[in-house]
Amino acid sequence: MKKLVTKLVLVMFSTLPFVIYSAENSDYNMPVGVTEVSQSIFGLHMLIFWVCVVIGVIVFGIMFWSMWKYRKSKGAVAADFDDNFWLEIGWTVAATAVLIWMAVPSTQVMVQAYDDAEGEINILVTGHQWKWHYEYMEDEVSFFSNLSTSQEQIDNKIPKGEFYLLEVDEPLVIPINTRVRFLITGNDVIHSWWVPDFAVKQDAVPGFINTAWTNVPETGIYRGACTELCGIKHAFMPVVVRAVEMEEYDAFIAEKMVLAEAERMLTSKEWTKEELMERGESFYMTNCVACHQANGKGIPPVFPALEGSEVVLSDSAKQIEILMDGIQGSAMQAFGDSYSEVDIAAVITYTRQAWSNGKNGDGAIVTPKDIVDYKNKIDL
Amino acid sequence: MSTVVETHDHDGHHGPAKGLTRWLFTTNHKDIGTLYLWFSCLMLFIGGGMAMVIRAELFQPGLQIVQPEFFNQMTTNHGLIMVFGVIMPAFVGLANWMIPMQIGAPDMALPRLNNLSFWLLPMAFGILLSTLFMPEGGPNFGWTFYAPLSTTYAPSTVNFFIFSVHVMGVSSILGSINIITTIFNMRAPGMALMKMPLFVWSWLITAYLLIAVMPVLAGVVTMMLMDINFGTSFFNAAGGGDPVLFQHVFWFFGHPEVYIMILPAFGIVSHIIETFSRKPIFGYSSMVYAMASIAILSFVVWAHHMFTVGMPLAGELFFMYSTMLIAIPTGVKVFNWVATMFRGSLTFETPMLFSIGFVTLFTIGGFSGLMLAIVPADFQYHDTYFVVAHFHYVLVPGALFGIMAGVYYWLPKWTGNMYDETLGKLHFWLTFISVNVTFFPMHFVGLAGMPRRYPDYALQFADFNAMISVGAFMFGITQLLFLFIVIKTIRSGKQAKPEVWEGAGDLGLEWTLSSPPPYHSFTVQPQVK
Repeated sequence: MKKLVTKLVLVMFSTLPFVIYSAENSDYNMPVGVTEVSQSIFGLHMLIFWVCVVIGVIVFGIMFWSMWKYRKSKGAVAADFDDNFWLEIGWTVAATAVLIWMAVPSTQVMVQAYDDAEGEINILVTGHQWKWHYEYMEDEVSFFSNLSTSQEQIDNKIPKGEFYLLEVDEPLVIPINTRVRFLITGNDVIHSWWVPDFAVKQDAVPGFINTAWTNVPETGIYRGACTELCGIKHAFMPVVVRAVEMEEYDAFIAEKMVLAEAERMLTSKEWTKEELMERGESFYMTNCVACHQANGKGIPPVFPALEGSEVVLSDSAKQIEILMDGIQGSAMQAFGDSYSEVDIAAVITYTRQAWSNGKNGDGAIVTPKDIVDYKNKIDL
Repeated sequence: MSTVVETHDHDGHHGPAKGLTRWLFTTNHKDIGTLYLWFSCLMLFIGGGMAMVIRAELFQPGLQIVQPEFFNQMTTNHGLIMVFGVIMPAFVGLANWMIPMQIGAPDMALPRLNNLSFWLLPMAFGILLSTLFMPEGGPNFGWTFYAPLSTTYAPSTVNFFIFSVHVMGVSSILGSINIITTIFNMRAPGMALMKMPLFVWSWLITAYLLIAVMPVLAGVVTMMLMDINFGTSFFNAAGGGDPVLFQHVFWFFGHPEVYIMILPAFGIVSHIIETFSRKPIFGYSSMVYAMASIAILSFVVWAHHMFTVGMPLAGELFFMYSTMLIAIPTGVKVFNWVATMFRGSLTFETPMLFSIGFVTLFTIGGFSGLMLAIVPADFQYHDTYFVVAHFHYVLVPGALFGIMAGVYYWLPKWTGNMYDETLGKLHFWLTFISVNVTFFPMHFVGLAGMPRRYPDYALQFADFNAMISVGAFMFGITQLLFLFIVIKTIRSGKQAKPEVWEGAGDLGLEWTLSSPPPYHSFTVQPQVK
């Protein structure tokens, strides 16, 4: 019944025929969502919508009726009045009353949605150009979440999958029936973290930590997007959240902790050039291609080429410094704090061997130990 | 103030100069008005061309025509050009033409300043557009240019953009000073403030808004310039600055700016509705008070553009309530227009059709605006196509329809020729249909979750995006018809009478002048009863 009403309203809102089509696809209304807050917001949305429809029908009704009734071609003669004190007072008061009536539920929902008390689980969400980083504050587990749709799909070379641009390599995992608080910030420019089904949209501003919260009652995969323009890959950093049972969540965290431990062990391992190359290439393809491109030629002058670059050819110390600390005032961010020594070493080694660089440069191999040494030097 | 009183015929030996210098050195309000209007028309097609690129790319999912970095330059420049290069100059052009004629003055009060404020504009937009041909490309950070994307992470051409905005700002401020001075000093005897035509009132209020907020815009771009080139950290968190400060300053300019782009349209539409209803405007004084209240309220609602930025609860609620308040004066205006038509004697010439289109579609834009004011709901609408639908409804069938209505309404007065009514009506209907096919489905894709400024999108948005693109192409092509109609009217057409529209002779001083009017509108001040 509620759905039917929604459809009727959508049809009434406009006389244009395509509206009928869209009304039949309830995908084209705001999602009801799964949380209490998202459902209250949906209710509020429909309420305001109805109010607008009623006002619209009355005002446009009178207007179109007047246009029909008082048209000159039918011999209408203009009356001679140009004000009516009580009428004007009347509609001003009526408009004010309607607004006050609307402000009450709006305020209630706002107070419900706005709550920055600590969660049972607290997750630090950091927007990077152009990926999300999630850190589980209690468990010291963290990872990046990158778009997993292939470039071939975006370039129309192969058919697009069902979740085109709405899929990531590692979704955020949260338990159901648990108060989860998100602490949201930005690493470089402003991003915005949005999951429509939770009605959570919060800007990720560098230097600020904003909060949002949710409590999801149903397991499922919830997809969202970055909603603040953040540069060329703004459309390519979706949000995917997997809500699971508590047991599954615990297992996920445990597994992540084991992986993190293994990752730390890798730093002390002796690495061969081939192993570093392989790891470096996959890191490069995930994290570097957006700017420096798969062929290493970049998009000059904003994103410089790595192929043939002086630094990449012959100055490994400088390259380590750039990777670790970034370049102030440019899009090159500091990777040192976000990634392991192994990854940094591997990608440096890869770029020094790849394309024509291995042939033309010194082809120096950088090991995780070099990165650890660099970090220690800075600490002193 | 001009007090020239001469009895001999003025126009015989003192017409416009010949050739290019007429336009370069002109100090005549009509010539400058014409320049403004043609400049705006040129920019409409340039900015519109960019919109066509955007819609062509969004016709299907995937990247086909342009890459994201160029797409971002298109959205940014489309916005900047339409706001600063089309809507604002068109209104200034109409003000230049009509204010002296409506208040019974020979010209604007400061004619040389008038020339300067126009010629700054081609310079500003020349600078802005030149960046598109530079190696790093033009501005790509959205027309709202949020820091730090527009500072630390911007292409170096941002400096040209900043300079261009400064020049536009100077132009607007000079233009506003001129308008205020003209209105206060050059009204015909007997024209009290509360007897001024509503278009003059709307521009008086707009000019004050411009003078109040253009310096704020200049301030914010200067802060950017310092951050980029001189090592300050106004908006750089790493240096102790605050990226959100940018948004507060920008929108303190930006919200009054929104009303700068609509108030003059309110004035135009009020004149047209009373003319074609053959009945004086209902509630003249409440119209004036409504415009003044909208202008005043526009200074206290800016943060409703920033509901998701992380404000305290009290802040969110304050800006929600203040924004909802704006619905009252705006509603009063709509009620007044409807009441003017009620018991009138209506005909539906092209200007009237555009005005009715304005009232209807602007009100729909107002409804979505009211929905956006509701903070919790805004969490879902913010930065989606719902917002794009909203502001295009108030700017295209709002501001742009107002301008087109005004052009059709006054074109016979300006040129002395009637436009082709059949073509005008055709233009209206094609425009009206395509504008809705373009912008109405944007509500749905927005609600369904498509964020704005996306060069590529998920598959569920494909159908509506294809429809939006078809509507946009239709809208774009239709405006060539508008250009054709205007040129045709300038070159030929049925001779227009001085009052042009039946009964308009009593409605304003401009209709007492010949069509076309003399080069110096009123050389002898008329007496207003």
